[in-house]
Amino acid sequence: MIEIKNLTKRYGDLVAVDSVSFTVSPGEVLGFLGPNGAGKSTTMKMIAGFLTPSSGSVKVCGHDVEASPLEAKRCIGYLPEGAPAYGEMTPANFLTFIARIRGLDNPANRIREVVARLGLERVLDQPIDTLSKGFRRRVGISQAILHDPKVLVLDEPTDGLDPNQKHEVRALIQGLAKDKIVIVSTHILEEVHAVCSRAIIIAGGKVVADATPDELEAKSKYYQAVTLRARDLDALKEALSGVPGVSDIAIDREARAVTVFPLLGKSIFGPVTQRLQERAIEVTSVELESGRLDEVFRTITQGGVRS
Amino acid sequence: MSPINTLFRRELASYFATPVAYVFIVIFLVLSGAFAFQLGGLYERGQADLKPFFDFHPWLYLFLVPAVAMRLWAEERNTGSIELLLTLPVTQAHAVVAKFLAAWAFIGIALALTFPIWITVNYLGDPDNGVIVASYIGSMLMAGGFLAIGSAVSAATKSQVIAFIITVVICFALLLAGHPLVLGFAKAILPQWLVDGVASLSFITHFASISKGVIDLRDLIFFGLLIGLFLYATSIVIDLKKAD
Repeated sequence: MIEIKNLTKRYGDLVAVDSVSFTVSPGEVLGFLGPNGAGKSTTMKMIAGFLTPSSGSVKVCGHDVEASPLEAKRCIGYLPEGAPAYGEMTPANFLTFIARIRGLDNPANRIREVVARLGLERVLDQPIDTLSKGFRRRVGISQAILHDPKVLVLDEPTDGLDPNQKHEVRALIQGLAKDKIVIVSTHILEEVHAVCSRAIIIAGGKVVADATPDELEAKSKYYQAVTLRARDLDALKEALSGVPGVSDIAIDREARAVTVFPLLGKSIFGPVTQRLQERAIEVTSVELESGRLDEVFRTITQGGVRS
Repeated sequence: MSPINTLFRRELASYFATPVAYVFIVIFLVLSGAFAFQLGGLYERGQADLKPFFDFHPWLYLFLVPAVAMRLWAEERNTGSIELLLTLPVTQAHAVVAKFLAAWAFIGIALALTFPIWITVNYLGDPDNGVIVASYIGSMLMAGGFLAIGSAVSAATKSQVIAFIITVVICFALLLAGHPLVLGFAKAILPQWLVDGVASLSFITHFASISKGVIDLRDLIFFGLLIGLFLYATSIVIDLKKAD
């Protein structure tokens, strides 16, 4: 359980995090979204106990991070942004060091488990500095999960990884999530759908949205819209005008597609396909959109949400 | 194992993970020997003691200790590993003390490797080994003082070069405070109590008094307080600079 109440961080006149409150329960994977400089990392640093809040409180597993920092830190695994490590150490030495300082009972076994889980066997004895970005990130994650923490805070765990590695890390996070709290910050929106059960968007230091990924998508103007591709876009648009329930039709010439937007709460997939059959128009693809997170993200973080 | 012990061992091992440690030790040994024999005339004096050897330690430390101290926190901040370190279940005080002790132990290893010179004077003559032991202790304490100052400066910047230069300047000022030239000049224009005050801040004054073979409580307190004060300052500076 993480309870955050009115968490605020000021740097002089600048308010980096402005009275943020939320709670996270075990089993939840919380995606932390926001533009750069929105206060994501600052919030995560305060949860992990690195930065001291200007005001407000963070409780992790019942321990206040300011009043009993050591107890709080014991139940958190934290991957800082960029996965810093001691570059001159080998992963084997580094993990042994972390195991010692965390006071693990059976370090050798636990290190073997984590190493196998993250596929680090091959690089165990190479200095971390000489490893590829993907391996360095995996060393960082293995460090964070070594003590099997109840709370896992990962700051941009997939940043800079190739698609395969991203997939692996996401699968790993989902595998870990069962009985834990996982907080993941990211600005890759597809990731939110892939791993998160809940998403919080912050902008300008404030929480501007807190919902499941599906609910967020439902806020998109693309929600339940129909996108069609055809050779003659203008003819297609012409043919579709006047379909009941349609609010707008837009042509995207770059994507060579026409998108038909519904009036609020209307389902237009049926009427649109019916019209296509009636007029015998040939299209190359028809797609019912589930909403576009990137569009929701943009409208929310730049103000003005369709509710 | 206590957290200080674990951190200490990691830090000390990290010195030897790169060739830098060995380079440092070789430079220290070569310079301390060269100063003692060439400038100090260890042989020519015809006396069985290590005064010429120890007399140059303050000047040797002026450059070598800041070189060890500069990486203490500047490197952690530069690579971001400070965030990792301070979110482990250790207190900041533990981290400050453990890193300081590791650097101090490293300098201690370099200093201990000067033992052949001690054997040499014992072979050649009959020195007062009590004085030599006291001088080694004094030398270590002085190195600790320099190191604590360097630790605080290192915490203030991400750049090791800046940390090095500022530490050298501060240590130089503290060394000079006890130099006869400065004291002679100060006597001419300042009241005696102030001259004593300036002199009492000097590393050289305290080191010289210990290396006469008299370990005075006041000198121990001076170095102890200095180290404690600057380690406390290190911790404060880390807090202030965390967000950068």
